[in-house]
Amino acid sequence: MTMLKLEARSQPSDFWRIASPLLALVLTVVLGIILFVMLGKDPVKGLAVFFWEPIRSGYAVGELVVKATPLLLIALGLALCFRSNVWNIGAEGQYVMGAVFATGVALLADKTSSAWMVVPLLLAGTLGGMVWAGITAWLRDRFHANEILVSLMLVYVAIMVLGYLVYGPWKDPLGYNFPQTKTFETATQIPRLFKGSRVNIGLVLALLGVIVMWVFLFRTRAGWAQQIGGLAPHAARYAGFSSRRAIWLALLVSGGAAGLAGALEVAGPIGQLTPYVPVGYGFAAIIVAFVGRLHPLGMVFSALLMSMFYIGGELAQSRLGLPKSLTGVFQGLLLFCLLACDVLMNYRLRWAPKRMEVV
Amino acid sequence: METYALLLAATLNAGTVLAIAALGLLINEKSGVVNLGAEGMMLCAAIAGYATVVHTGSDLLGFAAGMAAGGLLALVFGALVIGLNTNQYATGLALSLFGVGFSAFVGTGYVQAKLPERMKFEVPGLAEIPLVGPALFKQHPMVYLVIVFTIAFIWFLQCSRAGLVLRAVGESPQSAHALGYSVRGIRLGAVVSGGALCGLAGAYISIIYTPLWVEGMIAGKGWIALALTTFATWRPARVLLGAYLFGGVTMLQFHLQASGVELPSQFLSMLPYLATIVVLALISRNPQWIRINMPASLGKPFYPSS
Repeated sequence: MTMLKLEARSQPSDFWRIASPLLALVLTVVLGIILFVMLGKDPVKGLAVFFWEPIRSGYAVGELVVKATPLLLIALGLALCFRSNVWNIGAEGQYVMGAVFATGVALLADKTSSAWMVVPLLLAGTLGGMVWAGITAWLRDRFHANEILVSLMLVYVAIMVLGYLVYGPWKDPLGYNFPQTKTFETATQIPRLFKGSRVNIGLVLALLGVIVMWVFLFRTRAGWAQQIGGLAPHAARYAGFSSRRAIWLALLVSGGAAGLAGALEVAGPIGQLTPYVPVGYGFAAIIVAFVGRLHPLGMVFSALLMSMFYIGGELAQSRLGLPKSLTGVFQGLLLFCLLACDVLMNYRLRWAPKRMEVV
Repeated sequence: METYALLLAATLNAGTVLAIAALGLLINEKSGVVNLGAEGMMLCAAIAGYATVVHTGSDLLGFAAGMAAGGLLALVFGALVIGLNTNQYATGLALSLFGVGFSAFVGTGYVQAKLPERMKFEVPGLAEIPLVGPALFKQHPMVYLVIVFTIAFIWFLQCSRAGLVLRAVGESPQSAHALGYSVRGIRLGAVVSGGALCGLAGAYISIIYTPLWVEGMIAGKGWIALALTTFATWRPARVLLGAYLFGGVTMLQFHLQASGVELPSQFLSMLPYLATIVVLALISRNPQWIRINMPASLGKPFYPSS
């Protein structure tokens, strides 16, 4: 009699490092088909809204990129955190604070402002995210407080700060009492790259981020030292690499990236601060980071994939009458499948004869 | 005075929710497993329990459905973390993210659903005492059960053989393995029972505490419960006290709001989250103390050495 056995590999398989996310995607699609059938929907139509509609036309691809940009920016920072074994899961809060700080600058503008206002606006957003992540870094560094719980609690706090501002001091006096700021002046809107598409310079910044992160991680001593702290804390301490520095750097960079994403979003596609700014990009970016193997290039693809899930969810709502939260279901399933498939990276599946017990 | 009695009653009720979930997570962590999926399990259990009560009208079936949902999700988590040695943090996060999406997805049809009328519970006789009665003796039975359960849990951990084995698995899995105990089996058992308790807490929130269903209604209580196990330095009695303390903070915001304090409501709503951060920082200040109290193998996968 034989049974399936897991056998440890002597070193992680390079093949499965790439193949595991793809297999996870296939598994998620299979689970998706089962879900569609159970809901009595045509699975072909269901898959089409997720994987075909978002790439069907130039405009659709533009929308795909618009949603992938903040995901990629946030995931780049998170990858640095996770590689350094710093578990920042509060990127959503840092993203919201970025949007809040950027709005602070945008509301200073008037009709006569120069288009260069966008620069301080983006810097303010980055600063906002860094401040928010800095609280987590300080509490971890000074008080050893668990960064998972602190950064997550700060998400709720950030969303309430946002709520206070749009229901209170920043509410548009001419806005029929809706909880939102006035629409930003044209000067403070993020410049777009092409006519007829909402893609803006955020894409350029995110792709620059990919290059900078790649160089930092794989071509600089500082980037290497940062990752050693995550892989082998004892070795890092022996080599004299500061773990405190690693915590601060990881959190400030990821907070800054999330804040920048928030600024780009609020002054870009949204154009005003509203309670609907937080849509879970900060959490979805965690999945982007893992599915992209914490590798800057890999995350370009996983950000596009996750963006497809967002657009697919919206289309599933309007075309198939399914709740939009389908997006979250598929995102969660994808991460589950990935974690399970990653076992193949470190283990080999073998049919092994069942051991005979000697009595 | 009347308002303070009601405040105390509400505090006990809010604390009960946190205590059930935190005690469940404590069982997990005593065996060496951290489950960051508490929020997701509680959300799924909340909708499972709520939907069951809407259809059957039975609270007990609702609690059972919540526990089943929590236990089932914990089983998936356990299969990945214990069976396949996946990263506990990442897997727990996956569970939370999935739970948020899945509960919202399943719950879309139940946002407007109404629960059947139910009778009020009170302890006969004692509930008639002025002030003390309304404060302490007009609660749902769960409020009293959680105290009994905490005592039983202390006895289990300190005095029973099974509790000793559970602690051994968390402190030194290699030794427990060498003695012939199945580390993986015991951890899986602990994870599933912890998940069932988180599920009970989630169902209690949607059926009794709120009682209604809205997307994301757990609002971080799963994460606060996770923080509670650290606050309590992994001791059940302190978990219960900590839960009441945080229940009090949650209720204080409503009390302040009602008494017309000149603060925007958003700042009052921040209180439980800010309190969690502050207490976490104060407790963690001394890493030595945490290290002494924390189950030694917490968060680490177990590879049998033979």
